[in-house]
Amino acid sequence: MSTSTPPRPDIAPPPLEEAVRSHKQLPRFGGSGLFAGGVVLGGLLSALTGFSWALLVVYGVVLGTLAVYVGSRAVEGKRKATDRLVTCLVVSAFGIAMVPLVSLAYTVISRGAARFDATFFSNSMVGVVGEGGGAYHAIMGTVIITALAAVISVPIGLLTAIYLVEYGTGRLKKAITFLVDVMTGIPSIVAGLFAYALFALFFGPGVRLGVGGAVALSVLMIPVVVRSSEEVLKLVPNELREAAYALGVPKWRTILKVVVPTAIAGLGTSVTLAVARVIGETAPLLVIVGITAATNFDPFDGRMATLPVYAYYQLTQPGVPPQFGIDRAWTAALVLIILVMALNVVARLISRFFAPKTSR
Amino acid sequence: MTATDAPPTRPRPRQQPGDRVFAGSAKGAGILILVILAGVAIFLITEAFPAFTADSADLPGGEGLFSYVAPLVFGTLIAAVLALIVATPLAVGIALFITYYAPRRIAAALGYVVDLLAAIPSVVYGFWGIFALAPAMVPFYGWAEDNLGFLPFFAGPASATGRTMLTAGLVLAVMILPIISAISREVFSQAPALHREAALALGATRWEMIKMAVLPYGKSGVIGGAMLGLGRALGETLAIALVLSVSGGITFNLISSSNPSTIAANIALQFPESTGLAVSTLIASGLVLFVITLLVNMLARYVVNRRADFSGAN
Amino acid sequence: MKLSTKTRAVTLSAAFASTLALAACGASNEGGGSTDAAGGSSSEEQLSGTLVGAGASSQQAAIQGWTAGYSSLQPDVTVNYDPVGSGGGREQFLAGGTDFAGSDAPLDDEELATAEERCGTDGVFELPNYISAIAVVYNLPGVDDLNLSPDTLAGIFTGAITTWNDPAIAGDNPDAQLPSTSITPVHRADDSGTTNNFTDYLSQAAPSVWTEEPDGEWPLEGGEAANQTSGMVSAVTAGEGAIGYADESQAGDLGVANIGVGSEFVAPSPEAAAAVVEGSELVSGRGEFDFAYEINRTTTAADEYPIVLVSYHVGCISYEDATQADLVKSFMGYVISEDGQQAAADAAGSAPISDTLREQAQTAVDAITSGS
Repeated sequence: MSTSTPPRPDIAPPPLEEAVRSHKQLPRFGGSGLFAGGVVLGGLLSALTGFSWALLVVYGVVLGTLAVYVGSRAVEGKRKATDRLVTCLVVSAFGIAMVPLVSLAYTVISRGAARFDATFFSNSMVGVVGEGGGAYHAIMGTVIITALAAVISVPIGLLTAIYLVEYGTGRLKKAITFLVDVMTGIPSIVAGLFAYALFALFFGPGVRLGVGGAVALSVLMIPVVVRSSEEVLKLVPNELREAAYALGVPKWRTILKVVVPTAIAGLGTSVTLAVARVIGETAPLLVIVGITAATNFDPFDGRMATLPVYAYYQLTQPGVPPQFGIDRAWTAALVLIILVMALNVVARLISRFFAPKTSR
Repeated sequence: MTATDAPPTRPRPRQQPGDRVFAGSAKGAGILILVILAGVAIFLITEAFPAFTADSADLPGGEGLFSYVAPLVFGTLIAAVLALIVATPLAVGIALFITYYAPRRIAAALGYVVDLLAAIPSVVYGFWGIFALAPAMVPFYGWAEDNLGFLPFFAGPASATGRTMLTAGLVLAVMILPIISAISREVFSQAPALHREAALALGATRWEMIKMAVLPYGKSGVIGGAMLGLGRALGETLAIALVLSVSGGITFNLISSSNPSTIAANIALQFPESTGLAVSTLIASGLVLFVITLLVNMLARYVVNRRADFSGAN
Repeated sequence: MKLSTKTRAVTLSAAFASTLALAACGASNEGGGSTDAAGGSSSEEQLSGTLVGAGASSQQAAIQGWTAGYSSLQPDVTVNYDPVGSGGGREQFLAGGTDFAGSDAPLDDEELATAEERCGTDGVFELPNYISAIAVVYNLPGVDDLNLSPDTLAGIFTGAITTWNDPAIAGDNPDAQLPSTSITPVHRADDSGTTNNFTDYLSQAAPSVWTEEPDGEWPLEGGEAANQTSGMVSAVTAGEGAIGYADESQAGDLGVANIGVGSEFVAPSPEAAAAVVEGSELVSGRGEFDFAYEINRTTTAADEYPIVLVSYHVGCISYEDATQADLVKSFMGYVISEDGQQAAADAAGSAPISDTLREQAQTAVDAITSGS
């Protein structure tokens, strides 16, 4: 418990007159009623100035908020009015954030549905001119590269988290913690350039390799795995460790047999979320993996197609006539979103079903 | 709570050879991370080096590395700052809504909904930006040119396609919204209950309670979150590459079609078809981006961690 | 509790594994050499192997057409083409990383010198196999037919002409009803062969107005910029009063301007594009099979359209490896054939090369050998 003194509330006692007045309150639905009135007024105004849905909403919300403030100020006084004003603002902030989400979901689903068919999932782009074709090769590429990235980053990330929680001391621990935090902020394109620079040293300039993409994604993934696993491992009660030590179990076996199994659900969740974080990355793969029309299962042999890069190139180089390529691009975007969402759901399921029954 | 920072005096278990191996590999993994981070810097410098020493006439643009990178740095900063200005107040509002306004039963669900914005890949944001947002912004740009043209930001001529710096900034704002709001939400919800209840007991309205007990407590968290968002916005690539109409140099005009590019978008656009010295130049610009984001993130972590230390005891 | 957790984990991972296993059975339109039989060319020797090319993204769509058509002739040959850009394509080819390069510009002198190391003294072939007209596209409702002389076009793109009813445009179009809409010139934001050819045209056809050097990157500051051809098309489509330049096949519903050639105005067409290449001079002082052209931008023949993009295939006359030589020879033979050129026209809307060009290219293809 913090023993510091709480900030002294510096509201002067309200003047008597206002205190009396503040007993007056708007009726229960007065606030919403005033808001609705303002919205109607806004609707009229937008109808006068040339109707559009965007203007209707903007005018409606602004005037509704104004109506609530003015009405409340007249009846309930300044403090209550400010409170209601802030409520309106906070709710609108949330509403505004929903606009892009809804608009985006609508755009992607309505445009992506056109090619959301079996061909899209079973065909590659080999020999496809114009209509047809699919993203089979890109989906496989994304799965392979992401899996490879997970294979690289999960052991490193988990071991580092174990080091930080179980072993780490002193300046090395501090340095690693800080730099892992900093590493989460590495721009994805820089990670791609790093992978390119690394592989260009061995394979010469112009190198494009699937495994390079996996390395680039690992740079982005490792810090995420470390951070979230660290949090999870910290949640393992110390009593469990102490009990194991008391029974004479060596520390490494304690970690492997007690700490990690206890935290396994959280670790699974954090790894899944880390995968979800990198599976939609485009920029690094654009730089180091490139694109191809054919299915390539071998990440050590040249270019691979990946879903985000595939979407990008289908949109920017759609071929003749462009419509088919653009349709494929939107469907790829839709599949990508579904993949990320599915991973998020899996992560939540893991944490729900595999969580140890603690005494909480 | 079961949260336990490993205390300094823990019982010492028996040492075994297996222990040494395991401890060693864990430590090795930690050190490997330091090596990777150093490796990023070293490899970027190695590959960018030809651009530093080359004759300035041989570089893309023909006027030397600085004049190539300067407009890009400017574009990167202005897009990111724009995003920050738009996103921070919104994110704070959302965080307050979820922590203190929304009905308790659905608050967590609403939190997930906002987090969905973070799950959408940046290339999809780019698609949405050019197909949905940019056309929708065109009427506003025309209006802004006519009515706000006296401000340098809206000097016009307004873009006919909506692919402007302001549109790019708005797309970025949407993208960093979930980051800032997630961190703000966390610190707001940790505001000491005693302070909040005390404020309410003294007759404060909800807003007054927030102003007195929550915001002062969460301030550094919001700042740190905003800076993490800034870091993300600085490095965002494809959304900008798809949305922004890139031509010309440094300008504060936000609604015209002549905009400086950003470092990351420029790399994404030019890299696939670049060779030789042009690649080195792009990697050099990536190095600049790396340094900028590194500084911003270090600062952000410093601010966030400072707060974390003092809340750690609670 | 522990047991149940384990069981669940096993079930979950088994479910994942089976999903993956189901998915990993190969793309249904790929693999397997059973599609040949009806391919027709049983007389030709059946080859197998992998042919690797890299280079200009401008001909990527055409390459897709070629690989699609070629795979029905030689089902066991895989052709990979990396659209790394012209410069990258040439560099990778010269470094020996690829078998051939696709390039929007022929090798320069320095690269020709390097090519001797790559290919030996027999030198290289450069074939203008992909020819595409670059259309000047515009979005101006009510104006279906637009004539632009070179100077007017250059004036629009330098920003000297700012509205559609400018006297210069009206002078080219005496009959059109031109609105006072302001002009939004759109140019490519990325480094592209299209821009290079367009600026090359402007600098040669309108030297008094356009004073910049030809460049793959747009040399002027300001103006709307769009990424890739598709970005160009969507930007012009989105902005009323916008004008830009794009492959003729990509123009879609946009207006296409007729360009002043001599005293006439010529619309872009595959025939006119092929004609201007045929009417141009070869770059002098090059190898026997090096068919690099100096496009005649200032042509006055009314059946020639001077704004064209020519993309070359660059390869060795002599390969060390016999298989590689056979593959290159066979693939290039298909590319220059009538079928091949038609496949590219279908896939990319390019202009099929004329018979004269084909005969000339055939000499180079015939010369490809595997020296040692």
